[in-house]
Amino acid sequence: MAAAVRVLAAGARLRVLPGGLSTAVRSLCSQPVSVNERIENKRRAALLGGGQRRIEAQHKRGKLTARERISLLLDPGSFVESDMFVEHRCADFGMAADKNKFPGDSVVTGHGRIHGRLVYIFSQRNVVASGVIPQISLIMGPCAGGAVYSPALTDFTFMVKDTSYLFITGPDVVKSVTNEDVTQEELGGAKTHTTMSGVAHRAFENDVDALCNLREFFNFLPLSNQDPAPIRECHDPSDRLVPELDTVVPLESTKAYDMVDIVHSVVDEREFFEIMPHYAKNIIVGFARMNGRTVGIVGNQPKVASGCLDINSSVKGARFVRFCDAFNIPLITFVDVPGFLPGTAQEYGGIIRHGAKLLYAFAEATVPKVTVITRKAYGGAYDVMSSKHLCGDTNYAWPTAEIAVMGAKGAVEIIFKGHENVEAAQAEYIEKFANPFPAAVRGFVDDIIQPSITRARICRDLDVLVSKKVHRPWRKHANIPL
Amino acid sequence: MAGLWVGAVALVTAGRRGRLPPQQLMRSAALRTLKHVPHYSRQHLLVSRGLGSVGYDPSEKTFDKILIANRGEIACRVIKTCKKMGIKTVAIHSDADASSVHVKMADEAVCVGPAPTSKSYLNMDAIMEAIKKTRAQAVHPGYGFLSENKEFAKCLAAEDVIFIGPDTHAIQAMGDKIESKLLAKKANVNTIPGFDGVVKDADEAVRIAREIGRVDEEEGLFQLMVLEVHSPRSGYPVMIKASAGGGGKGMRIAWDDEETRDGFRFSSQEAASSFGDDRLLIEKFIDNPRHIEIQVLGDKHGNALWLNERECSIQRRNQKVVEEAPSIFLDPETRRAMGEQAVALAKAVKYSSAGTVEFLVDSKKNFYFLEMNTRLQVEHPVTECITGLDLVQEMIRVAKGYPLRHKQADIPINGWAVECRVYAEDPYKSFGLPSVGRLSQYQEPIHLPGVRVDSGIQPGSDISIYYDPMISKLITYGSDRTEALKRMEDALDNYVIRGVAHNIALLREVIINSRFVKGDINTKFLSDVYPDGFKGHTLTENERKQLLAIASSLFVASQLRAQRFQEHSRVPVVKLDTVKWELSIKLHDEDYTVTASNSGSTFSYKVHILTKLAAELNKFMLKKVAEDTSSILRSPMPGVVVAVSVAPGDMVAEGQEICVIEAMKMQNSMTAGKTGKVKSVQCRAGDTVGEGDLLVELE
Repeated sequence: MAAAVRVLAAGARLRVLPGGLSTAVRSLCSQPVSVNERIENKRRAALLGGGQRRIEAQHKRGKLTARERISLLLDPGSFVESDMFVEHRCADFGMAADKNKFPGDSVVTGHGRIHGRLVYIFSQRNVVASGVIPQISLIMGPCAGGAVYSPALTDFTFMVKDTSYLFITGPDVVKSVTNEDVTQEELGGAKTHTTMSGVAHRAFENDVDALCNLREFFNFLPLSNQDPAPIRECHDPSDRLVPELDTVVPLESTKAYDMVDIVHSVVDEREFFEIMPHYAKNIIVGFARMNGRTVGIVGNQPKVASGCLDINSSVKGARFVRFCDAFNIPLITFVDVPGFLPGTAQEYGGIIRHGAKLLYAFAEATVPKVTVITRKAYGGAYDVMSSKHLCGDTNYAWPTAEIAVMGAKGAVEIIFKGHENVEAAQAEYIEKFANPFPAAVRGFVDDIIQPSITRARICRDLDVLVSKKVHRPWRKHANIPL
Repeated sequence: MAGLWVGAVALVTAGRRGRLPPQQLMRSAALRTLKHVPHYSRQHLLVSRGLGSVGYDPSEKTFDKILIANRGEIACRVIKTCKKMGIKTVAIHSDADASSVHVKMADEAVCVGPAPTSKSYLNMDAIMEAIKKTRAQAVHPGYGFLSENKEFAKCLAAEDVIFIGPDTHAIQAMGDKIESKLLAKKANVNTIPGFDGVVKDADEAVRIAREIGRVDEEEGLFQLMVLEVHSPRSGYPVMIKASAGGGGKGMRIAWDDEETRDGFRFSSQEAASSFGDDRLLIEKFIDNPRHIEIQVLGDKHGNALWLNERECSIQRRNQKVVEEAPSIFLDPETRRAMGEQAVALAKAVKYSSAGTVEFLVDSKKNFYFLEMNTRLQVEHPVTECITGLDLVQEMIRVAKGYPLRHKQADIPINGWAVECRVYAEDPYKSFGLPSVGRLSQYQEPIHLPGVRVDSGIQPGSDISIYYDPMISKLITYGSDRTEALKRMEDALDNYVIRGVAHNIALLREVIINSRFVKGDINTKFLSDVYPDGFKGHTLTENERKQLLAIASSLFVASQLRAQRFQEHSRVPVVKLDTVKWELSIKLHDEDYTVTASNSGSTFSYKVHILTKLAAELNKFMLKKVAEDTSSILRSPMPGVVVAVSVAPGDMVAEGQEICVIEAMKMQNSMTAGKTGKVKSVQCRAGDTVGEGDLLVELE
C-alpha cells in the first residue's frame, strides 16, 4: 500500500482547446507508419502534453506543467506512468477532431517515490476507500462542479495561492442564478478556503513551494492504515530538558501566551507542520515528531479567543484526531481551555452537535494518547480535550494547571449568588480548585510535572505505549454525530 | 553515509541564474543545526578572574542584609557579591518582574508596584516600605533608577539605612554640570574651555561664544584647539548644553552667531520641559573626541585611588556599545595625569565610593573633564577584569566605613578586557531600534575560556517595553588586546538568542573592523564607518563559498536523512542513490548554482581521527617493527608453486630466481631480495600457497 497524492489541475485543461497542435501529432495521421513508430510518436506527443506553446503559456501564468510538477514532487527517476495512451471519447462540439485529441488525455497518472517511499499519483476520482491509505489533494488550478468532491473526500486538501480555485458553481453561474457579483478568488480561492470555509487545509505560495512542502508533509504519514507511524532518524535528544517552558505560562491567568511556542520547544528540532493554521485559530492541530516518531499535536490556543472551543474549532480538531487514529499516529494534546464559547450564535449553530464530534473523536481514538494540561481545564471542554475520562493513556498537569468546573469568578457568582463576602469566597475557591491537586488526588492526572521535563516524559510514554492495542466490538462503522 | 556527504561537498559556483530557485527547498534546509541548541549547565558564578582574585575576609563584618534597589543584570551582579560576602539579599521587583532571575537569586523579594518604572523601581515610598519590612541595613542602588538621586539618599539617611554610594553632597555637586565644572576647575582638573556660569540670554551666549577662543589664547591654551577653530578670533564651534541635562537632551552645537542664538532658544526650551531647569552653559565643542573615563574609588577616610581607564568611544545615540580597558590610546604619562586629576576631583568632593570621572580626549591626547558619575557604571566589569578588584565588594566595605585595602601602586593592569553590550534591538535600523518579545531560546557562551556574562535573564524571559532592552553584558578577557578580541569574536559566535532581534551582528562587525582593531576610534565611529547605516556583514568571496558549501551539505544531509525510516513498513523504502546533487542557492537575491557530490573530489587524503585522550595514550603504544622483508620471501598472491630452484644451504645472489608460482594463469618468478644463504625452504613444487605465505627464508 502507499499513500496517494492527487495533483488536480484538470479543470482548465479539460476544456475545449483551441488550435495549436504539435506537428508530431498531425504527421501521424497523414502517413502510414509502423506500430512501433506510432507508439514512439504517441509517447513523444504525450510527454509534450498540449504542445510547446501550451507549456509556454502555462509557464507564463507562473504555473508548471503536470510533468514538471511530478518531477519536482517525486524522487528523480522514480516515476512510473500508467495509461499514457488513453484519449478522451467525447464526440460533441467538435471534440472528436484530431486536433482536440491528446495522448494521455491531459492527465498524468502513475506511481513513484517520495523520499524513497511509494506514492501513487492520481487525477480525478479514485476508487480506494478513504481510511486505507492517506490521500492528499493539491489543487493547482481551477476545479469546479462535481469534481470538487474529489478533493473533498481526501484526507488533506492543499491549494496554491492565486492560481487555484474550488467551487461548486463558478462566478458566471452564481451571477445568472442569484445575481450575486463575486470573483473566482473571493468565491473559491485559497484564502477563502483556508480562512473561512475550512475546505482546504493549507495554502502555499506557488507550485514549487507547494510541491516541496508536500514532500516534507508526506514524510509525516504512514503508507497505509496497516503500517505504523513513521519513525525517522532523530538527532534531537529525547530526554532534552526545555527550561524555557518553566516560565512560558504567565502568572496572571487572564494573560495569553502562544501555544505554538510550547509545541516548538517540545517536539523534535522545532519542526511543526501545522494543519489549517488560519482557520479556527483557537485550536492548533498539526504533525510533528517525538524522538523521530510522527505524532499528531492538538492544542488550545490561548492567544485566540482565550483558546475556547467553538463549532469550527471542534470540527477542525475532530477531523484531525480521526485522521491520526485511522493511521496509527499517536496524539499529544496540550490543554488550556476555559470552556465552550457561550451564546446564541453557537447554540443555534449546534455547538452541542459539533462539540460532540471532538468528544467522540477523542473517545473513539485507540492510538496512544498523551495529554498535558498547561493551565485552564474547565468544565465540559476539559473532558473533551483527551481527558482521562476519554481513556487518555497518560495525563499530566503542569504546576500552573487549574482543573475545575469553571473559573473562580464565574463559579463564585453562581454558588454564592446574593452572598455578601464574595471576595473571600472567590479566594477560597482559588485556593481549593485553581491548582492541579484536586484532579491529582482523584487520579484524573497521572502526575504533576515540571514543564521543562515535558518532552522527556512524552518521549518515554510513547516508547511504552508503542504496543498499545485496543479491540472494539465489531460494528459496520462508528456513528459519529455528523 | 551522511558523514561522507558533508565531508566531501565539491563546490562549483557557476554564475548567477535569473530563474527563481526553489526557495522553499532552501528554507526547509535553513541551517537546521541552529534549530536546537545545546544546553550547557548554567552557572551563576562569574567565570573571569574579576571577582575571584581579591578574597573576602570573613572577620571584616559589613552588613547582615542588603536591599538592591534595581533589577536585571546589575541586581544579579550585586547579589552575587553579597552571597560571596555572606550578606543576605532583598530584591525589589515590579509585577512584571515577579519571576525574573534577580528575584529568584535573592533571599527575599518584595513587590514595589506595577510594571512602569515610575510606579515601581522609582517608587521611593514603596521601596522605603520594603526596607522597613525586611529590615535591610543598607541599600545598593545599582545604576540608573535611584542611583544618583539625592532625595533617595536623604530618605535612607533619615531612616538610618546606609546608602551604598557616595555622600549626598557629592551626588549633588557632581549632578550639576555647572557646579561640577567649577569644582573640577578648582581642583586643577582640565576642563573644556568655556563660560563657567549660567548664560542669561541669547546675546550673552553669542558674546561668550566669540570670547571662548580669545580667553583661552590669553591663557595660553589656544594651541589646544586651533585645530578645530574656524576663526582664531572666535570660539566656534561651541556646545550649548543644559546644566541639569543628560542623555543628549538640551544639547546643541553652534558654528556661528546665528546658530548660537537659535541654539540658546531651543536648548533653554528643551531644558525647561525636560528637566524643569532652563539654565544653560556654553563651552568649546571638541570635534571627534574619544570618550575615556577613569574609575575612582574613595573611602570615608580621605583616601582615593584611580583604577585605570576605560575606553568607551564606540557609542550610538550617546549610549555606549563597546567598552574596553585599558585604552589603546593612552600612554602611561597621560594615564597617570588623568588618574591623578580624577583622584584630585574625588578628594575635592570627599568622594567615598566607586565613581567614574569621564573625559573627552582629543587626537593630541589633550583631555578635558566631562562629568563625574557618582555610581557604579554599567561597564565596570572591564576594570574588574584588569585590576582583579570586585568593585561592588569595595563599595560595600567603604559604605560600612572600612578604609581602602589597596595603595595606588597595588593597582595593576593585567591583560586586556572588552565588553559588548548585547541589546534586544535591530541593528539594521539606526544602529539599534528596541525589540521586545520572549527569549524562546537563550544560551550564553560561558563555556568558553575568558568569558564573563553579566545578565539577569534566562531562557523564556521576556524583554518588555517597560525596561531597558539590554540582554546582557558580554565581557571577554585575555593576556592582550588581540586575545581578548579573538575571544570576543568566539563568544559572539557562540551566543544563541532567539525570539527577539539582537545586535550581535553589529557588535561582531565592530570588533573585527580594521579601524577598531588598530584602535583608531572616536565617538563618531559608527556613523563614520557605516555612513548609510549598518547593513550587516559583507561576505568575502571565500566566506561566500564556505557558506554555500555548508548550506548545500546541510541540505543534502537533511534530504538523505529524510529517507532514513526506522519503522518496519510493508513496502520497502527505495533509497535514492544520487551521487551528484545539482542545487540552486539563493543568497542576497542572487542565485548560485552548486553541485554537491560524494564522489567528485579530485584529491584524497587518509586521515586518522582519535579523541584527544586516545591520541595522548596512543604515544604509549609500541611501534611495530617492520619485518625485514629482504630475508624472507612471501607469496604475493594465492597460487600454485610450479618449481623451487633452491635448497637450504644454497647461496643465492640478489635477483636470483628462487621459485615460480602460477597464479591467474601466469607464471611468476620469485627472486631473492638480497645475497645470502638459504636458511629454509617452506614450499615444494605443486603446493598451493595463499597470499602472504612464507616460501623461503634466507639467513
